[in-house]
Amino acid sequence: MADKLISKIPDGPLSEKWTKRKSEIHLVSPNNKRKLEIIVVGTGLGGASAAASLGELGYNVKVFCISDSPRRAHSIAAQGGINAAKNYQNDNDSVYRLFYDTIKGGDYRAREANVYRLAEVSAAIIDQCVAQGIPFAREYGGYLANRSFGGVQVSRTFYARGQTGQQLLLGAYASLNKEIAAGTVKSYPRHEMLDLVVINGEAKGIIARNLVTGQLERFGAHAVVIATGGYGNTYFLSTNAMNSNGSAAMQCYRKGAYFANPCFAQIHPTCIPVHGDQQCKLTLMSESLRNDGRIWVPKKLEDVEKLRKHEIKASQIPEEDRDYYLERRYPAFGNLVPRDVASRAAKERCDAGFGVNETGKAVFLDFSDAIRRLGHQKVAERYGNLFEMYEKITASSPWEEPMMIYPAIHYTMGGIWVDYDLQTTIPGLYAIGEANFSDHGGNRLGASALMQGLADGYFVIPVTIGDYLSHKFAEPKTDINAPEFAVAEKAVQARIDRLFSIKGTETVDSLHKELGHIMWEYVGMARDEEGLKTAIAKIKELRERFYKDVKVPGTQFEFNQELEKALRLEDFFDIGELMAYDALNRRESCGGHFRIESQTEEGEAKRDDANFMYVAAWEYKGDGVEPELHKEDLKYEFIEVKTRNYKD
Amino acid sequence: MNFNVKIWRQRNAKAKGHFETYHIDDIESDASFLEMLDILNEKLIREGIDPVSFDHDCREGICGACSLYIDGRAHGPDDHVTTCQLFMRHFKDGATITVEPWRSSAFPVIKDLVVDRRAYDKILQAGGFISVRTGAAQDANNILIGHDTAEESMDAAACIGCGACVATCKNGSAMLFVAARVSSLALLPQGKVEAAKRARAMVAKMDELGFGNCTNTRACELECPKGISVAHIARLNREFLKAKFSE
Repeated sequence: MADKLISKIPDGPLSEKWTKRKSEIHLVSPNNKRKLEIIVVGTGLGGASAAASLGELGYNVKVFCISDSPRRAHSIAAQGGINAAKNYQNDNDSVYRLFYDTIKGGDYRAREANVYRLAEVSAAIIDQCVAQGIPFAREYGGYLANRSFGGVQVSRTFYARGQTGQQLLLGAYASLNKEIAAGTVKSYPRHEMLDLVVINGEAKGIIARNLVTGQLERFGAHAVVIATGGYGNTYFLSTNAMNSNGSAAMQCYRKGAYFANPCFAQIHPTCIPVHGDQQCKLTLMSESLRNDGRIWVPKKLEDVEKLRKHEIKASQIPEEDRDYYLERRYPAFGNLVPRDVASRAAKERCDAGFGVNETGKAVFLDFSDAIRRLGHQKVAERYGNLFEMYEKITASSPWEEPMMIYPAIHYTMGGIWVDYDLQTTIPGLYAIGEANFSDHGGNRLGASALMQGLADGYFVIPVTIGDYLSHKFAEPKTDINAPEFAVAEKAVQARIDRLFSIKGTETVDSLHKELGHIMWEYVGMARDEEGLKTAIAKIKELRERFYKDVKVPGTQFEFNQELEKALRLEDFFDIGELMAYDALNRRESCGGHFRIESQTEEGEAKRDDANFMYVAAWEYKGDGVEPELHKEDLKYEFIEVKTRNYKD
Repeated sequence: MNFNVKIWRQRNAKAKGHFETYHIDDIESDASFLEMLDILNEKLIREGIDPVSFDHDCREGICGACSLYIDGRAHGPDDHVTTCQLFMRHFKDGATITVEPWRSSAFPVIKDLVVDRRAYDKILQAGGFISVRTGAAQDANNILIGHDTAEESMDAAACIGCGACVATCKNGSAMLFVAARVSSLALLPQGKVEAAKRARAMVAKMDELGFGNCTNTRACELECPKGISVAHIARLNREFLKAKFSE
């Protein structure tokens, strides 16, 4: 069924593709929009901006989120900023350069046309956000301020202190509230999607569980938009929020949507190191800190020993005995290399025995130079709240001693396969934001997740979904009494009943933690064939144990957080397995995916363009059956594919 | 560290609640308060006791989901933090810790420590936005905003909507929450156009939903995890009066 992978990329020059596609798309007249219903699942930047914009257009929108309010979605936690090709700094930035940086940063595994469109609409996002009243940082003259992020040599990142994600989400949430008040959008908080309903091959609705009453409810529509984020929590420990999960994506996958590049997971270099085995969540320290912070470990192992025994402090180690390893290995980009490169370099130093804390899994991020150069006030203005946050968690002040950081799972570039219109392989089903795979290739650049979520939600989906819906306005409202709804609901009910019937002894979290250990050990920062095969076998064993021995307390018809977690863990097993299959297939190192078998003599990642320049789209073939691989070849017509070089 | 945790248990909105006390051992001093509750819940599940429900998500102080009233203070005995940023090192070894949900008639209990805060969404739906459609905006740098004005607007915009101000206020007033939104937008040129109308609509909705009146005790400011100043309430009052006079 390889013919399902039709990317629908418009012909013609790169810079005219989006304009061309927009001009081809059929319109839906205002009186017909009123007859059409759209379900949006998720209220992060993608979901909230999509639901609000679709509501403004006059569609009837139903928007779902698992938390008590749309404002809690995990986009809220993004700290550093949002990229846009405004060239306000006159540093020779452009749409082309943002496009180029993103393609290169993604290690040439993203689609040219999608990424170019992303760069093209980026400037309008900033305009929109300012109009909504988002208090971005300003210069004294009243103009917008910018800073730099990893993997680029210009300043194109807009920010609101270390709370950019919060402010952008509150902006999208405000627009959503405006539409809820206007009656075009109906909001369903504390509702969790548990299945997709497909009728005659088209997405027509969802089954959701009301998390307060526990009832299963049916919702019908003419189209469904998935905006439920990524699957980083497969690893148990990650920077994702506790409730972030990949379940909606897995439900779509099981109903026939292909899942693309699952093995591309981003490991963020600057997180607070793990402190003990009681931890369940890791905290990110914004990448913006690498603008002024310098990363190092001691040159001498005896200094490392003393640090671990608390006999000396980092600040007592003289300059000549410090190894600023990013500046040493990558002189052109220094501390601002992309995330995958910085993470691997930290692992390399720690594996060589230079980790600076008791566990041997930490490196320093040092601000002493910046404080000397810029002064206390300037540094406080840029990073004050991040320093405070670090001190609250670790009880150590970055003003006196360098921060300690270590890589952790942060974002997933893989996701539901979509075409240029963001439509999945199931007609009428769309995926936006982190939930799809399309824009970041093998590695996402900093400050680009916010850009993509809002690009998809404000500017892409409101246009492209019209092409599908323009053929649907004559169709009646979806009947939730159709047999397909009954079948889907019954299957969800059976899943729930099965979980309660097990009555075992192991808690959901303890099993999830074990899955996390398997994933980090074998599908983490360095992967090889043997390890990946081990991971697949171990996940199978763990899943069997789950179905024999998990203990889900309480009942279905009440607020039951353990049941929520158990349902999500079932899906995390499947995602973990899928990630391992994909990683096993991709016998090259690329972006966040590092195969030990594929590296240069210097230990740098070695890509294999001859054999792997494709999107790996996986088709579900049944539980416990190996999924089928479909390939979408990537063609680079407008840029020269090169080896990523951040050295010179 | 060891603790006795005295927790409010309530099966659902209609059931009568009561306190239960649980003992817990071997907690690391660097564990967060919510990690302590995770560990307690693991223990309760293994012992066949229904685990304690509580709202939480990001665990880094920004989503506003966590909402525990600990030893008589919203978010517990540390200043300007959310519950997830509260660490066990702030408690004495062996202490008995009392944990309750937010107490407010506008935030009814759903289960145990989980409350229904949809009233906050409704207040914002009444006018907590700028009426701009996607695509209608001009170039961002056409709206000049002074550095200090943007910073002041950001101070108010930092509100995470957790509800600590309401839980702390003896009148159960949501004035600080409403003021933060009104003030953040009223400070900016693009938010000024609707400022008075916004203030009037949001205050009316707040009254309608059963929140109490503000009597200027300033308790909200002290317990706000983001340290939002009551000075914003003064700006809300100005906008509200403007709206009254223009009627």
